Amino acid sequence: MKALKDFWRRFRRNRAALAGLVILLGVLVMALSATQLFPGNPWDMVAMPFVWPGQERELWLGSDMLGRDLASGLFHGARVSLLVGFAATLVAVLVGTTMGALAGYYRGWVDDLLMRITELFQTIPQFIFAIVVVAILTPSVQNVTLAIALVSWPSVARLVRGEFLALREREFVQASISIGMGDLRIIVTQILPNALGPIIVTGSLMVATAILTEAGLAFLGLGDPNIMSWGTIIGGGRDALRSAWYITAIPGFAIMLTVLALNLVGEGLNDALNPRLKSR
Amino acid sequence: MFRLPALPITWRPSESARLIGRRLLKAIPLLLAVIIFNFVLLKMAPGDAADVLAGESAAGTPEYLAELRARFGLDRPVHEQLVSYVVKVAQLDLGYSFRHNQSVLELILGRLPATLLLMVTGLVVAVGVGTSLGVLAAQKVNSLRDNLISLFAMLAFATPVFWMGLMMIVLFSVHLGWLPSSGMESIAAGYSGLTRVLDIAHHMVMPVATLALFYVALYTRVMRASMLEVFNQDYVTTARAKGLSESRITWRHVLRNALLPLVTLLGVQMGTMLGGSVLVETVFSWPGLGRLAFEAVFQRDINLLLGILLLCSVVVILANIAVDLAYTKLDPRIRMS
Repeated sequence: MKALKDFWRRFRRNRAALAGLVILLGVLVMALSATQLFPGNPWDMVAMPFVWPGQERELWLGSDMLGRDLASGLFHGARVSLLVGFAATLVAVLVGTTMGALAGYYRGWVDDLLMRITELFQTIPQFIFAIVVVAILTPSVQNVTLAIALVSWPSVARLVRGEFLALREREFVQASISIGMGDLRIIVTQILPNALGPIIVTGSLMVATAILTEAGLAFLGLGDPNIMSWGTIIGGGRDALRSAWYITAIPGFAIMLTVLALNLVGEGLNDALNPRLKSR
Repeated sequence: MFRLPALPITWRPSESARLIGRRLLKAIPLLLAVIIFNFVLLKMAPGDAADVLAGESAAGTPEYLAELRARFGLDRPVHEQLVSYVVKVAQLDLGYSFRHNQSVLELILGRLPATLLLMVTGLVVAVGVGTSLGVLAAQKVNSLRDNLISLFAMLAFATPVFWMGLMMIVLFSVHLGWLPSSGMESIAAGYSGLTRVLDIAHHMVMPVATLALFYVALYTRVMRASMLEVFNQDYVTTARAKGLSESRITWRHVLRNALLPLVTLLGVQMGTMLGGSVLVETVFSWPGLGRLAFEAVFQRDINLLLGILLLCSVVVILANIAVDLAYTKLDPRIRMS
């Protein structure tokens, strides 16, 4: 409890991170309230096409080229962005941590093998790799999440390996080995808690990258065809860019704000979780 | 008296030549792994080359399909197929694109120059602008200038590239009419010589700016942090004590050392930049590899897509070797083992 209080005290000191947290909570509220505020399907054509924002009272963000409510798309899109961003990051962090922990703890041939695999995944250009995976597996929310996780785990693996290599030499780990504690228990209960700070910070920044990747894939037409995502709206609005640029501008701005908020929160987490770095 | 042992007078390859050789040798297993990985992806795709070809000619009788499979060796066990795939790729045979009626390698090599032009220019702009902004910010920490630069970097870092490109088209093409919104040159105008170069440069402004923006932000942040760290080192204090001017210290003494983290990043970023160029080329209809990849997705041309993925991986491997070389040149203390 005291640790949590300390954490919050340090996090609070970073004003920008607090602002980021507020924005992020706003996006979360958007995602959670989407079905209540906009019960209809965001794909439904509910109005005249090309209604500019502010032109009609019921459509405060206007409508797109097919007469779909942009506000509805924006709220439902928030849900997809956050869901894919956090789910993909969670998978990537789990896989990366496992790989990194095994490599850093056992060293030797395990390390060699796992790091070769990591190197392979880092050589293949990430975004193009994600495109290929989604194109092969057919676009759906699950496959997009899987593809993003598949291209993001290597950086976590490298980070965790480094932490484990360093922590493994510390006295408390050596002591655990000499009293006969099992490997799994040492990894999970002794070393991992001490490596958690950097993992959380990297994870929060990875959510931002994952949201950008999802938007990029959806923009290219590789999003789930049944789900309205911010990138999908931009991809559609592109055809009407000359006459109705607001269709593209609004969801893009939402992506920018969300990613900015995540980056700010990530920096705040870094200050709060790695206080030694800050005092330098 | 201390004497160096006499060196045998034989030809010795230079340090960098040996370094390149060693790194190329090390890259071979990695390349092999990439090829095998590509094969696995190819096998995961629904339908094989025979299905595609039969679909093209709309003659999908089972006998015809079986005949096609036998001709392509698709009826053999998977491990034999893998070996023949690796051998084929090693001979630079990446297969045939039935949609474009051209071999995949020809297609890719035809589109590569446009992408490289975009990427190299983008990289130069990103390093130049990012370094300058980072140095300017670090010179006066926490001043208004520093805060403005940091704010810009923060925003640019969070902006989706394709959206930035689209918004630039709205402003500079649709409303102001200053810049062309698509393509690489005005082909119909039939320019040649210098006018053609200028025409291409005119078309490049927005795609390069869009592609570079994210990296400008990244390098600004990295350079600022790196400069601040080097400023605190003892040799900088010595230089100050010697009475050197602040600008000489910044540009001659600190910058060179502060550049090292940025060079490391460059190698890592090659791959992400290739990915970014898919989006940028799609937005600006730039006739490069990225646009080809986008078309391949829609034509379900998995073979072409995998060829692009493979070639991009090769570009990343080569870029990493180049970065290692640059590293040893920048910092003679570092020896690659």
